[in-house]
Order: sequence, then C-alpha cells, then structure tokens
Amino acid sequence: MAVSLPENVFTAKLDALANWVRTNSLWPMPFATACCGIELMATGASRHDLARFGAEVMRFSPRQCDLMIVAGRVVMKMLPVLQRIWQQMPEPKWCISMGACASTGGVFDTYAVVQGVDRFIPVDMYVPGCPPRPEQLIQAVIDLQEKIRQTGKFFSDEFDKRTQYTGPSQSLPRPLDAVVAPGDYTTATRQWEGTGKVQFGERGVRTSLEIHPARK
Amino acid sequence: MTAQEAINKLKEVSGNGSISTSEFRDNTRVHVSKDILMKVLTCLKNDCGFDFLVDITAIDYMGYPTATTDRFAVVYCLLNTSEGSRIVVKTMVNDPDPVLPSSYSLWKGADWPEREVYDMYGIRFEGHPDLRRILMPQEFTSYPLRKDYPLRGMGERHNFPVLTRAEG
Repeated sequence: MAVSLPENVFTAKLDALANWVRTNSLWPMPFATACCGIELMATGASRHDLARFGAEVMRFSPRQCDLMIVAGRVVMKMLPVLQRIWQQMPEPKWCISMGACASTGGVFDTYAVVQGVDRFIPVDMYVPGCPPRPEQLIQAVIDLQEKIRQTGKFFSDEFDKRTQYTGPSQSLPRPLDAVVAPGDYTTATRQWEGTGKVQFGERGVRTSLEIHPARK
Repeated sequence: MTAQEAINKLKEVSGNGSISTSEFRDNTRVHVSKDILMKVLTCLKNDCGFDFLVDITAIDYMGYPTATTDRFAVVYCLLNTSEGSRIVVKTMVNDPDPVLPSSYSLWKGADWPEREVYDMYGIRFEGHPDLRRILMPQEFTSYPLRKDYPLRGMGERHNFPVLTRAEG
C-alpha cells in the first residue's frame, strides 16, 4: 500500500525520531577532576574533534546538558556535588564513567576516594584506561549513541524500569570483616537514613551495612 | 642570623638545658617542650629574623621503632628571608588531648597549616581564630593521618545515597 507523500517528507515512529535527535546532539557536562580531564579537553579540541559526533557543546551548567562525563577520581567531599549536579540535569540523561578512577577508584584504594561513581549514580558507559586516550572516549560516545538509538523512547520511560543501580552489584556490600578498624571510633559520616548507612560496633568493627532498597 | 647563632641565642633566653638540637643533612633542628614553645618561636621571629613560617606539620609516632612515650610531634619549619637560613622546631604532644598554643599571633600564615594539622591529626591549637577542618568534609569525625586510622577508612566512602535511573 503506497502512501502518497511529497518527495521531501517521510514517516517515522516518534520513538525513532526522538532517538535520532538525541543521539546526534549529546551535550556533555564535563565533570573533570584529574588527568582524565585533560584527555577530555583533548577530545573536545580540534585534533580529535568530538564535534563530529554532535557532542560538541560542553555545558558547564547542568541545566541543559544530557550527558555527564565523569573524568577523573572522585573523592568523598566531591561526591555529594556530583550527585547534586546529576540530579539537576534534565531527563533524559546519560553518564560516561571515564578512566580507572571514576569507574573503580583506580589505584587510590584509600579512605577519601570513592571506589567507583557507578555505586552512587547510574553509569551507561565505562571507559578503561589511566587515563584513556581520546579515541577511547570517542568510542564510548559512539557506543552510547548506539545504546540511545536502540533503547530510547520518546517519553524516556525506558528509565522507569531501571531501578537497579548500574554498577558492579556483586562487589557491594562487602563482607562484614572487610573493614576492621582498631580503636573505639564510632564514625560514619554523611548519615542518610536507610541508604547505605554503615554501623560500627565495639572496637570499630563494622557490624551491619544497611542496604539501599534499590540495591536489593 | 644563622641557625647556629639562633640556637645560641635560644639557649641564652630559655636556659641551657631546656632545648636540645640535632642535625640532619645540614638542617638544624631544635627540640623543645610545649611549655616553652611560644617563647622559642617568639624569640626566633623577633630576635633571630626567622620571619617566614614555611610549614607546620605533624608526625604520629605510634608504633615507631624508636618511639618514646610521646605520641605526636608537631614540626615548625622557619625561614629567615633576609639571609636564607632555615631552622626546624619540633615539639611533642600527647594523647588523649593533644593541644598546643597557636602561632597565629606570630605568623598569619599559620592559619591554614594549623587547620590542616588539626584536620589530619586532631591536634588542637589554642588561640587559633577559626580552627575547623580544611581538607576533609565537615561531617568527618576522625583524623585520617593518625596511625590507628585504617587506610581504607571506616566505611565513609561508601556512605552515600544511591541514585538509580528511576529516581532520576
């Protein structure tokens, strides 16, 4: 059955149309804290030219960006900031975790460095490397574009089903004897009710880890 | 004034037996007790020309092979900017309530280093105008550079809300 249409008009599903638009106009929010940030800048600069993929408008405000690129290690003090910026970004939005530190904490297995941002915000693409080359970041953007093209919906209701956090679910919670602290400290900063609150008993040994409902 | 001249001056001022000195790689160190710390620092600044406080830091000697009964050392690195001579002043403080007089009245530059020492070691400086944490978040409750604080922390870095896709 042929539909009679003018030459420059064609039909498409609304979902496909939205995906097509979103795919080719990703606006990154650079959350760059360390060496990965330099590679991110190089990616945006003329030699590697991220603009070829439509992701050229680096937004330094979260109001209009839809792709957060976490480049570099994130410390405890910075994670609430990261989360606030993530929540300020309008839907639909995606996240690339760039480099070993952002994805896993990297070599910094110390008290102050968050062991992977994917434990606390949803991440779509992980870029390995320390730091990754611009080509790798570009590959992640291309892969993300593919993901948006294939899974996106006009009303973004594909996100509704993603109640699990997107991360290495097997690694949390850690075994209870993983953190054994001497002394009689009773410390746990940033206490949020019912969300990953760690409790310490006598001699600072972690006795229980309340798990966020979304993680169960 | 060179470091050696300064030490002679200090011995004059505070009595011969009250300070001891040592040298390491051409750096002169003065060991003083905390009661005469301010006297020594004041003398070094006003009479010996050590007008620049380079740094204040601390050492936790817990478990150290040659540790004495004192747990913490606080170290003041001073510089004489007109002659280029340097001197290091070291004083010991102890658990459970390590406290020293603040050198902010002598050098305004003591502000941040003292806050850092307080933040990392829990050594308080009495008379400091604004002694609060400088590197760690304000809610942090322990002192991470103490030797009895575990390297991986006490779970603080896991203690954040988890944002999922659906929550947005």
